[in-house]
Amino acid sequence: MVRSFFGFIGRRGFEFVDTSADFFREISGLYYLTRSTLYCTFIEPLRGKPIKWRPVWTQMEEVGVKSSTIVFLVSFLIGVILAFQSAHQLSRLGALEFVGALVGVAILRELGPLMTALVMAGRVGAAFTAEMGTMKVSDEVLALETMALNPVKFLITPRFLALLIMLPCLTIMADLMGILGGFLIGTTTLGIDPVVYINNSLDAMVVKDVVTGLIKSVVFAVIIVMVGSYMAFIIEGGAEKVGQNTRTAVVVSMILVIIADLIFTSLFFFVF
Amino acid sequence: MIEINHLRKSFGEGDKKIVVLDDFNAKMEKGQITSIIGGSGSGKSTVLKHLIGAYTPDSGEIWIDGEEVSLLKGEAANSVRKKFGIMFQSGALFNSLTVEDNVALPMREHTELNESTIQIMVKMKLEMVGLRGAEHLKPAQLSGGMVKRIALARAIALDPKIVFYDEPSAGLDPISIGVIDKLIIDLSRKMGITSVVVTHEIPSAMRISDKIIMLFKGKIIASGSPDEIRNSDDPRVQQFIEGSPDGPIPFSKSQTDYGEELKGMIKV
Repeated sequence: MVRSFFGFIGRRGFEFVDTSADFFREISGLYYLTRSTLYCTFIEPLRGKPIKWRPVWTQMEEVGVKSSTIVFLVSFLIGVILAFQSAHQLSRLGALEFVGALVGVAILRELGPLMTALVMAGRVGAAFTAEMGTMKVSDEVLALETMALNPVKFLITPRFLALLIMLPCLTIMADLMGILGGFLIGTTTLGIDPVVYINNSLDAMVVKDVVTGLIKSVVFAVIIVMVGSYMAFIIEGGAEKVGQNTRTAVVVSMILVIIADLIFTSLFFFVF
Repeated sequence: MIEINHLRKSFGEGDKKIVVLDDFNAKMEKGQITSIIGGSGSGKSTVLKHLIGAYTPDSGEIWIDGEEVSLLKGEAANSVRKKFGIMFQSGALFNSLTVEDNVALPMREHTELNESTIQIMVKMKLEMVGLRGAEHLKPAQLSGGMVKRIALARAIALDPKIVFYDEPSAGLDPISIGVIDKLIIDLSRKMGITSVVVTHEIPSAMRISDKIIMLFKGKIIASGSPDEIRNSDDPRVQQFIEGSPDGPIPFSKSQTDYGEELKGMIKV
């Protein structure tokens, strides 16, 4: 009885050590990949190996332009929903005309950057893992290496730069669409005077809200690209693994995006 | 050109440790075609992965063109990699690029040639493999034999001294195998390229090779010219050449005794 109890504790202990060893191996792998991506993207061009911009343009179209419709739709609807939901509560306090302020600030600070990043983690992060993972299993990554080409520079850098540029752009547009959604509902269904709505919104929103949102979106871009690429580069085996790792990449990057959002919100609005 | 001394490699740890290569020695002469043959799991692909620097040996040395390469990393490894081309079993063409871009890629990345020169060079390489005119196709539009020929064109894009072939004739029809064999011979004879072919196609290996190395369970069991291999009195070699299902190389891959295993499954 006692022996089996300690046996149980021991087994659980070893299992725990194993899982945490795995966890830290993944973290350090992610760290090294991020470091070499940053090196290839920002340091190497300064040492006389300029970045080729053509693949970056292609990726910018792929991740940015082609994502705009879904990002617009999602953020517009978020603005609409937010206006509806807050109107009910605010009207009980007799502050219905402050719907605009609430929607504006919520979208700029949180929902614009966060929803854009979550949509992109699903749309773009999954595509990165699936695409590069397929290249990994069909030996294309090995072929690059044997041609003395750095897969990080060749595959990750264009995607990294593209998302680093496009995610803040999409975030700004998502902010505008969200505010527009709130405005349309506020002035029509809720019957708030447009001038009052705009005045209240402008009074409540400050530049800091926009800037912190953009800083967040840059961080989210790094998370989405690095998790997506890392999950692709560790694939060994076949199509099954590509599917599994694509799923993991989306889940992990969504979780990390939300955790990063929490950290940055507390830094920006409660520490500084 | 290439010399491999006492190469050893094993995978896994503890009880699960599998020795894949055990004291592999070989010498590939300049301008000659050396084939490494053996059944699945004999370790022949592992040799190739060591040569291209994808694996690091447990012990032993690999000399390529007068340089010990087994422990090289980073830039030093890249300068060795520019000396050889490799044709992968699957072709490993970049599916998002056209045939022309695939072949041009090493030139665009490693040379300062201008675009029109590169296009002429690509056309020359494609003519060498007999596929001039396929420039604007995507890899998905090519047949298996064509993919391998394009992969060969890409492998020789930078005029390497050495070309490695990983299963060049696997999964091809007899005529395509003949075409690939002819290309390998032509490159070797006319351009003095050192070729290392990893294959299990015995007829093809017999046709093209100057030297054949036969592997069984990570050990070299025969080495010599095609005639020497054909006349070998080692029963394992004869079994492999004739392709008989049973013999000194057993039919069953299982490690445990069949009767014991069945008895163990009976639940009382």
